[in-house]
Amino acid sequence: MHQNTQPLVATHIEPLLTVNDLVVRFDSSRGTVHAVDGVSLSIKPGETLGLVGESGCGKSTLGRAIARLVEPQSGSVRLGGVDLTRLTRSGMRPYRRDIQVVFQDPLASLDPRCTVGMLIGEPLRIHGIGDRRQRRDRIADLLSKVGLSADSADRYPHQFSGGQRQRIGIARALALDPRLIILDEPVSALDVSVQAQILNLLVDLQSKLGVAYLFISHDLSVVEYVSDRVAVMYLGRIVETSTREKLWSSPAHPYTRALFDSIPRIDTGDLGRRRHMVQGDLPSAYNPPEGCHFHTRCPRAEEFCAVESPILRTVADSHVAACHFA
Amino acid sequence: MALVDIVAHIPPARIAQDNAFFRTARQPSAVVGVLLLGFVVAMALLANQIFPGDPLDFVGQPFQRPGEDPSFPLGTDMLGRDLASGIFHGARISLLIGAVATAMSLVIGVGVGAFAGYYGGKIDASLMRLTEFFQTIPPFLFALTIVAILQPSIATIVGAIGVTAWPSLARLVRAEFLKLRHGDMVQAEIALGASDMRIIFRHLLPNTLAPIIVSASVMVATAILTESSLAFLGLGDPNVVSWGGMVGAGREVLRSDWYIATLPGVAIVVAVLALNLLGDGLNDAVDPKQERR
Repeated sequence: MHQNTQPLVATHIEPLLTVNDLVVRFDSSRGTVHAVDGVSLSIKPGETLGLVGESGCGKSTLGRAIARLVEPQSGSVRLGGVDLTRLTRSGMRPYRRDIQVVFQDPLASLDPRCTVGMLIGEPLRIHGIGDRRQRRDRIADLLSKVGLSADSADRYPHQFSGGQRQRIGIARALALDPRLIILDEPVSALDVSVQAQILNLLVDLQSKLGVAYLFISHDLSVVEYVSDRVAVMYLGRIVETSTREKLWSSPAHPYTRALFDSIPRIDTGDLGRRRHMVQGDLPSAYNPPEGCHFHTRCPRAEEFCAVESPILRTVADSHVAACHFA
Repeated sequence: MALVDIVAHIPPARIAQDNAFFRTARQPSAVVGVLLLGFVVAMALLANQIFPGDPLDFVGQPFQRPGEDPSFPLGTDMLGRDLASGIFHGARISLLIGAVATAMSLVIGVGVGAFAGYYGGKIDASLMRLTEFFQTIPPFLFALTIVAILQPSIATIVGAIGVTAWPSLARLVRAEFLKLRHGDMVQAEIALGASDMRIIFRHLLPNTLAPIIVSASVMVATAILTESSLAFLGLGDPNVVSWGGMVGAGREVLRSDWYIATLPGVAIVVAVLALNLLGDGLNDAVDPKQERR
């Protein structure tokens, strides 16, 4: 994470993961949901890409599509030289060692009938790593990495607190030494004091292990804390991507600005800039607005915004935004 | 002082046991059910020791009322067969058929339900059409037809009950699997690289076990009742004694010698009641709303 990695001038580093024009649609009786509508992004080894957006914008679906938990309709997800979307389910299995997922609710994602040792050891058993003894040592090692005592292995998930359970989920995700972990709202279900502990743990682990994170969250302060780069998502599309510093200092897209403006804070008077909070609700993903998806809520929108979709354009070095006015 | 000391040294977790077993033990209906069922099982296990010899043998004077002759405590029927011996040996047949037929139904029902719920789509649709086909025929008439065609024997009766009793279980298991299928637990397992079989057998089935066990206890009761009904209609295995057969044989003399049909009838009631009470108690005990986590 940003405290520990080189500044991102080293753009020549080959990306670990490249997502290109990914589309995920769900058909239902009410129509087609455009959950992910042509998303491209890349993640470099060892970096954290934050993915922010309102609930319902498709950020979790994007994360799950990258891990092949939902099937994309088109586009590619390349890990190294391999397009994961073209693999069969069994062909995908060896690549699952490289991409792991941590879910929002650890209680829902951990089988309540398995001990913590069984849960953390399961990825090792699935991929046939080590013998019984080696796996036991590895489980103890993983438990200590995430700050749990070794005797936790014999207990059940419901005997732990929320933060400890998320540590179990993180330990399980680390078991296979992945190169990328998709963190799907990993701290959203936790108390604020516990959130900080888990975030610090994630930062620590990244500096020790060099694993890359795709950090999905609706919480800007959390994303600011952990991310090297941040992608802002709105109704299935990425509207702006930049380094953390640039995004916070000079957001280019009206939606990003509105998001920052809607962070509650005690105002000490109008400092020359009007605050534009996002008005109204997210439009339905069944029938996304024509043109720029954001024009229905955008303070700067003009007539042609409703007609023409803006493409991602470079507004500064390693800073792209999809707005006609950016 | 000693007792206080001992209690003080029991870890709190032991005093406030809160797992399914202890919750079951706190259900009065479950306790009564277990006691009654234990009694029936004891009759089955001890039948050969207490009443050696074939219960179908004519051993005494016919139409002896209960208590008339101390060697036949429950009396004899119109052919001089010992009713007590018949009831004890009948418990074996009833429990055997109930258990084996239910085991068969469990395999079919859990299998159909699990695969339909897990895979969904066309597999679900075709398996559910099959289930509906079986559900449109009343299970008792279906079993009756099968036994009548195949000749009554323990094997055909077990088979007939087994292949007709599974549809409701399949629906139950399917519903549980559907609920869990798209939850994070399964998503997490897929992300780890687990195979479908591993997810189904290692994770989904153990998490569905509670409702399966509850309905299995009621299915045993239903199977015993079905077997008794078949035997009552003369479609029991003619070589073994059966409660239903005894009731059937006694019904002709019901007005003069009521006990010949009534005593085996009471045995059926006790066995079925025991299993239903147990099922009820288990149901309350595994109800997730009562689970204090």
